[in-house]
Amino acid sequence: MSATLRHTGYILRGNPVTLVAGIGAALLVLIAIVGPSIAPYGPTVSNVPQALQPPSATYWFGTDQLGRDVFSRVLVATRLDLAIAASAVSISFVLGAMIGAFCGYAGGRLDRWVGRFVDVLMAFPLFVLAMALVAALGNRVENIIYATAIINLPFYIRFARAEVNVRRNSGWVEAARASGNSHVRVVLLFLLPNVLPAMAVQISLNLGWAILNAAGLSFLGLGVQAPTPEWGIMVAEGARFITTGKWWLVVFPGAALMTAVLCFNLLGDGLRDILDPRMRT
Amino acid sequence: MTAPLLTIDDLKVTFSTRNGLVEALKGVSLSLDAGETLGIVGESGSGKSVTAFSVMQLLDHAGRITNGRITFRGQDITRASRSMLQPLRGAAMSMIFQNPRAALNPIRTVGLQIADVLRAHEPLSAREARARALKLLEAVLIRDPEERLDAYPHELSGGMCQRVMIAMAIACEPALLIADEPTTGLDVTTQKTVMDLLAEITARRGMAMILITHDLGLAAQYCQRVAVMEQGLVVEQAVPASLFGAPRHPYTKRLVAASPTRLSTVDSLVVDAGEPAVPAPRVSSRRPAEPLLAVSGLVKTFDNGFRGVDDVSFDLAPGESLGLVGESGSGKSTISRLVCRLLDHSAGTIGFDGEDIGKVTSRDFYRSRFRKDIQIVFQDHGDSLNPRFSAFDCIADPLKLLAGVQDGRELRRQVEDCARRVGLPSEFLDRFPHQLSGGQKARVGIARAIAAKPRLLVLDEPTAALDVSVQAVILHLLDRLRRETGLAYLFVSHDLNVVRMMCERTIVLQKGRIVEQGPSGALFTDPASDYARELIAAIPHFDPEAATARHREAATAG
Amino acid sequence: MSLAAGIARRAGRRALSSVPALFGVIVFTFLLMRVLPGDPAVFFASGPNAGQAEIQMIREQMGLDKPIPQQLLLYLKDIATGNLGRSMNTGQPVVTDLINRLPASLELTFTALLFALSLALPLGILAALKPNSLIDHGVRFLCSLGVCVPTFVSGLLLIYAFYYILGIAPDPTGRLDVFAAQPPVVTGFMLIDAAIAGEWESWRAAASQLVLPAATMALFVLAPLARMTRAAMLAVMTSDFVRTGEALGLSRRRVVLVYALRNALLPVITIMGIVFSTMLGANVLVEKVFSWPGVASYALDALLTSDYAPVQGFVLLMAFIFVLVNLTIDVLYGLADPRVSIE
Repeated sequence: MSATLRHTGYILRGNPVTLVAGIGAALLVLIAIVGPSIAPYGPTVSNVPQALQPPSATYWFGTDQLGRDVFSRVLVATRLDLAIAASAVSISFVLGAMIGAFCGYAGGRLDRWVGRFVDVLMAFPLFVLAMALVAALGNRVENIIYATAIINLPFYIRFARAEVNVRRNSGWVEAARASGNSHVRVVLLFLLPNVLPAMAVQISLNLGWAILNAAGLSFLGLGVQAPTPEWGIMVAEGARFITTGKWWLVVFPGAALMTAVLCFNLLGDGLRDILDPRMRT
Repeated sequence: MTAPLLTIDDLKVTFSTRNGLVEALKGVSLSLDAGETLGIVGESGSGKSVTAFSVMQLLDHAGRITNGRITFRGQDITRASRSMLQPLRGAAMSMIFQNPRAALNPIRTVGLQIADVLRAHEPLSAREARARALKLLEAVLIRDPEERLDAYPHELSGGMCQRVMIAMAIACEPALLIADEPTTGLDVTTQKTVMDLLAEITARRGMAMILITHDLGLAAQYCQRVAVMEQGLVVEQAVPASLFGAPRHPYTKRLVAASPTRLSTVDSLVVDAGEPAVPAPRVSSRRPAEPLLAVSGLVKTFDNGFRGVDDVSFDLAPGESLGLVGESGSGKSTISRLVCRLLDHSAGTIGFDGEDIGKVTSRDFYRSRFRKDIQIVFQDHGDSLNPRFSAFDCIADPLKLLAGVQDGRELRRQVEDCARRVGLPSEFLDRFPHQLSGGQKARVGIARAIAAKPRLLVLDEPTAALDVSVQAVILHLLDRLRRETGLAYLFVSHDLNVVRMMCERTIVLQKGRIVEQGPSGALFTDPASDYARELIAAIPHFDPEAATARHREAATAG
Repeated sequence: MSLAAGIARRAGRRALSSVPALFGVIVFTFLLMRVLPGDPAVFFASGPNAGQAEIQMIREQMGLDKPIPQQLLLYLKDIATGNLGRSMNTGQPVVTDLINRLPASLELTFTALLFALSLALPLGILAALKPNSLIDHGVRFLCSLGVCVPTFVSGLLLIYAFYYILGIAPDPTGRLDVFAAQPPVVTGFMLIDAAIAGEWESWRAAASQLVLPAATMALFVLAPLARMTRAAMLAVMTSDFVRTGEALGLSRRRVVLVYALRNALLPVITIMGIVFSTMLGANVLVEKVFSWPGVASYALDALLTSDYAPVQGFVLLMAFIFVLVNLTIDVLYGLADPRVSIE
């Protein structure tokens, strides 16, 4: 354990970017928790006389067409955006890891079919699939979560399957069988613990992707509806004013999105370095 | 007196790694005359390959020459620039590598790759280069050279790929050829043909060769002079006859003793064998009526229709040791997994203790009462230990599941007992596999296999991944364990000398079929089948007389 | 011609293996129509004010009174005959609308792909040839950043910079300035049509409209492409056969271009399928930002107004394009890698 910590310390010293990304991700989570209580203005309180004010000391990020404070809205939106992404990723992670690990271990025809199906699914325009799913399931927030979870699922299945597949014929799995472990034990006690760290990296990388997808869907008017503060919708509303130079309506929620995705991606890359120095790219 | 072709003078190379600078070469000095064949032998980490890569200036970015001089034909090339090296490489000095298939560009035909080398050094048209490439393929004795010109590496066998590699290396008639473990990973008969070819070509064309190998027999048989390296230093160099006949340096002595030859015994491998072998309850020559393992008509057909094991039958008495030898594709590892019930067979019976255990599928065998009786030791000890289990957990796992030891204190006592029996100090029990050396991992693997007190131990190339000195110790350990416990061994190996020492009886396999079987001694001195004879003849060995004879022969030919 | 045969076999196998996927998509779109709230017959009627009798007639015409499996068969027949229903918004058959709008989407996607490839490949190669150099760090930074910027934000920022501040980009709506002359339609690709007609004014106008949306989309896929190129090139540069080339005195140019690059392109080709389908998805966002009259914005408008026939048609079209793209990639890969033809 201490060796792992030492190694982590070594990596972080050599890779301060990961440290910064980790701190950023922690801050985002903090904002998601306390955001609504520290926001200076109500996120949905309009103040039409003060509409479309550029950023100032009073309104740090300016105001929108209804005079709502953009800073407060960006702050409050953090919770919803992270919650959508986190729930979607958890669903797909749990399902994907299980399906992938058991298929990868079982092998045979079922595994080949699942593998092929996942490959085909991954090559399909997933964003289009998510759109169609939201359309089919109904235009609601929880359906955004399900749609995002479903389009994330193939990544986890494929990942878990591949990771388990390279290990299933390794000596230590055969040794585990020779030592009398049942198949369920082999998967749960031997294979999954070896695969999970790599999957944790995938979670971090996928969180960023899920945030982008959910925001993209809201940007199109699917799922979250106005006046709920949400980064994607805020950008969509601000888009109408960009050709007249009201940049702050797009830039701040956009920057929030970018920062969130960047933090999770960099954290994921860093974690991968910590777990496997050979995979450093 | 002419100047030597190549001199290496006090060469030091350091690598920068995560754990700081590591000195791989600590002052190596060697020299080589034109037309001479020098062998460099040593175990992994001795720096023999680093020496070769330094000469060719192929060290990767982490490695740096910090001291010394490399002179080639009187020219200092220690820190030569690319523009100075490029005309030398391939034209004046060439190199061939281990794993020939990976060393060739997978998406370019071999004809074009040979032509690439030719045209890099000589102004040739594509057509002329192709004609020369064809000649070269003929020179390295490739069948149907015309067709092979347009073949891709994946369409050729490993031995063929190495011939192509040789053709590329000698294309521009270099004065020096460096062969870095050229036959490691190839079968022993292929090894012989490739090495004979190399020896013939270098002798005929008057090329000097540096042969880097871990195999002392190979070096003895094909080199005029051999240098032994240990931890970045050349500890001894001499002609093979005196080096192997009368080694002076303690390390050379140990290495020579540890290398199995046709005369060595398990005890002779280790110079100072710790405990004297128990005068063992060896199996009496009279076979008991009831064999422990009776395999009959065993067949394994793979999904792609390939018959990996084809009608194999044999018996194994309690306490007996039976060797399975053969080259890659002979089915020996498949048999070991079939017997171990890790893989399902297609036909035949596997009788254990009079019962057909083949009736239980490998899927359900973990529940069988015989699971405890049949255990296996794997080839790659690094790969056969769960990276997230400590050595203790590894050994405890079968004890808990198969021997039903649940009590924590009793478990620890039994694990420690197992560790002691395989010579693993108990302070190593809390370590994880990546914190253990190859030999220690091998011990953990053996401890795990014997923990549940099996009656049959399947050993699948248990020492193939180990250096010879470690192999010697592990073989010694295995032999002692068998004497102490009366375990039966099914010993799978590609190394005939190892099988001869370890087993009373030997089965020779080829393409999934049994070619010959019999008592090991008789089989090795007087093989009945052509294939067994060929296999035995192909083993490189260091008979002092043979080496001197070859020396003389080369001298007269040159 | 064993090579051609091998590739054909591989492509055929791939085509066959996408059949279940295609069928799945068809069933999915079929269910989409049946499960959705509202009566499809109403959507297909002439308008929201259609009479009860007319709706009933359409119900029978569409076979909605029949059991579900039979409806599915009818639906399959409709697809086979190219009948995807009629759009409520435009009043046109969906097939006609899709055919009219597809070139706009494809022109955008291909231009973006061209942009992305012509930047990503050199950047990835340069970064890999000098690992840990300034350029390598620059490329890695760009890649990290590139995947984080949502297309809709980067598109809007480009509009703000080039249209509002610099004023060098045209009004970001549609494929052609309202004042420019529309070239006669031949292929539907504006740039090609204008070139055929020799109307270079229009060509310039169309090109200037195309640059920003294409750049937006290119930015989005630049990162994965450059990253993959760099990783593949790095791996190949340390491979045994590159070392062989070096050891036998091949020139640096030959080692990099013939030995390393050609091998490094293989994994890049394999991810092209995923990149292309990501772009098809991103099309929806980019077309909305730039009011681009492509199939994606068409489907989106339909989706938001509960006009489901176009959505269904769009999803089918995407599935079809996706099969085509994967076949193309298989053929390309087969040509690039001799190992696949025998397996």
